[in-house]
Amino acid sequence: MAIGAFSHGPTGTVVSAESQKKSRVAWFLLLPGIVYLLLFFLTPLFSLVLTSFKTAPPAAFIGEYVYAFRWENYVEVLGMYGEHSLRSFTYAAIATLIALAIGYPLAYFIGVRLRPYPLLQSLALVLVIAPFFISFLLRTVAWKQLLADQGWIVGTMKAFAILPPDAHITGTSISVIFGLAYNFIPFMTLPLYTSIERLDLRLIEASNDLYANPMTTFRKVTIPLTLPGIVSGTLLTFIPAAGDYVNASANFLGSTQTSMIGNVIESNFLVLQNYPHAASMSLILMGAILVLVSAYVFKSGTDDLL
Amino acid sequence: MAQKDASVFAAGGSDLELVGISKVFPGFTAVDNISLKIPAGSFFALLGPSGCGKTTTLRLISGLEEPTAGKILIGGKDITNTKPHQRTVNTVFQSYALFPHMTILENVAFGLKQRKMKNAIELAHEALALVELDHMASRKPSQLSGGQQQRVALARAVVNRPALLLLDEPLGALDLKLRRQMQIELKAIQSEVGLTFLHVTHDQEEAMTMADTVAVMNKGKIEQMGAPAELYELPKTRFVATFLGQSNLFDGKVTGATASTISVAVGSRTLELPAKRSAITSGDITVGVRPEKIAITRAKPAASKSRSLIGPGTVTDASFSGVSTQYLVDVPGLSTMTVFEQNDGDIVKAGTEVWLSWDSEFSFGIPLEAQGFHDSDTSTTTLAAQAK
Repeated sequence: MAIGAFSHGPTGTVVSAESQKKSRVAWFLLLPGIVYLLLFFLTPLFSLVLTSFKTAPPAAFIGEYVYAFRWENYVEVLGMYGEHSLRSFTYAAIATLIALAIGYPLAYFIGVRLRPYPLLQSLALVLVIAPFFISFLLRTVAWKQLLADQGWIVGTMKAFAILPPDAHITGTSISVIFGLAYNFIPFMTLPLYTSIERLDLRLIEASNDLYANPMTTFRKVTIPLTLPGIVSGTLLTFIPAAGDYVNASANFLGSTQTSMIGNVIESNFLVLQNYPHAASMSLILMGAILVLVSAYVFKSGTDDLL
Repeated sequence: MAQKDASVFAAGGSDLELVGISKVFPGFTAVDNISLKIPAGSFFALLGPSGCGKTTTLRLISGLEEPTAGKILIGGKDITNTKPHQRTVNTVFQSYALFPHMTILENVAFGLKQRKMKNAIELAHEALALVELDHMASRKPSQLSGGQQQRVALARAVVNRPALLLLDEPLGALDLKLRRQMQIELKAIQSEVGLTFLHVTHDQEEAMTMADTVAVMNKGKIEQMGAPAELYELPKTRFVATFLGQSNLFDGKVTGATASTISVAVGSRTLELPAKRSAITSGDITVGVRPEKIAITRAKPAASKSRSLIGPGTVTDASFSGVSTQYLVDVPGLSTMTVFEQNDGDIVKAGTEVWLSWDSEFSFGIPLEAQGFHDSDTSTTTLAAQAK
């Protein structure tokens, strides 16, 4: 390249032919990925957008819709499910904070304290992802059993008067947020670990040497240096948690009072068969997450993210 | 600059005193009962091979390691049990350890801000000006060269006017030319700001050119301490004689001693040396002489009471290095001797038979020790890993 910059005539054309050939190879290698995205992301997205504007023809059967431009669908779902949207983002935000509060010390312990013992470090990482060996649904059902009114946890808490006699855990916001936080802790911990594992401890020593106490050092040195891990961990937790429909479902840890956007979309698609409403709600969720995430990434200012 | 700000900072340069300090890692004694006193305002160098415990000593003083035994006093105050952030000590780290997420200015102002100094930014600019990098204040450390980062690390430590400034081989990563230049700058800054400097290095030339006092460390102990010239001219142990410059050493036995002179039998020869330049006066002894003290002649010089004479030997190698030539001379019955000769136009070729002689006043006597002191080197990083 550098040689090409100084040469003229024939040499220059040879170099550009060479680079053209290289770029053709690159495109060829990218082709499977592009085809995959076209087929499995853009096509359904396009279909979803079309569905969201559909309308029911006069005297239609349940679930029968025709192509139209009925933008009122969006206004209707926002009016009907605004509360669910707000609840989704609140639950997801609280669950993300809990997962961060549990995941950060865990990742710090594995990434820093266990650094001199690589074997223990790998073992601890395997333990972090060990829950994945069992299906997500099974684990959530297991928690439903554990937290059930007849379960020993609620029984013990009632016996010690921590819970009033007529209280429940399942079906409440608490159990849904607990379930979300529990299920997403590995997604939080792993990106945090990759950031913390690279943390240069000599910088912590330098900060201590420069009169910063451990608390200030954590705030001014440790957190900024591990910010990429914090940002990607919170995103990987918040985004799927906001759209989750398993934990909040009445079949698992929630009830009709804890329905999130995911549950609304699910019931519109599968029970009510109101496809335009389900589609417009899906697109609103996508848009809202996109806006929130862009604002977050922009604010935390990490260019070297993910 | 130092005078102007002196009133702002409570701590100027202070004395440092180590009293019987030891640090034991599992299965290894890194620092073994060291006691020393560094007067305020002096430039003190701790010199030794890697793994001798010099960096551990530094970390004990900065508080990054806790001593197993002993006391550390700064300005007469016992600080042994204080945390690193409570000590008026700053370190210039070997790796510089500049905060990558902060600008150069923020790095330099960091310590001042922790001490709630009102004019932190202004002082940071002044410190950067001192190392001639004020125009780089808004850059990030990664945009600077190694030498510039080193100067920022120095500014970041000096700006706090610590009672004691610790330098942990800060010049190790620089190339030779930059290193020489930084040595001169560092020395200039030290005399300008008047702080107490404690410099850890394995480079004997660096220690000798920069420090007022040098302590040579080996295996966790201080072997000898003194002014550079004193250490060089009159080493007290075999380690100091070979680590600090080169020495020709002859193992022998004391055969006679008067108040002024000691006679030593080395093989079939007898060497004489002044009694005041010998650490021992009877039994087994090692006699040493520095290579540049030896004169090399083709003809046997006239015998003289005050000169030691060895020969004849054969020159096996003559390596020319500009100002001087280094000769290796093989003398039957003795080890290969090293001789430095000023280049006065007469270079002796390899294979020539020569005589070696020197003024007996330059000989020194040290206790005879088993050789092979350099084998148990443990690198500092391995030690640090073990300590965790």
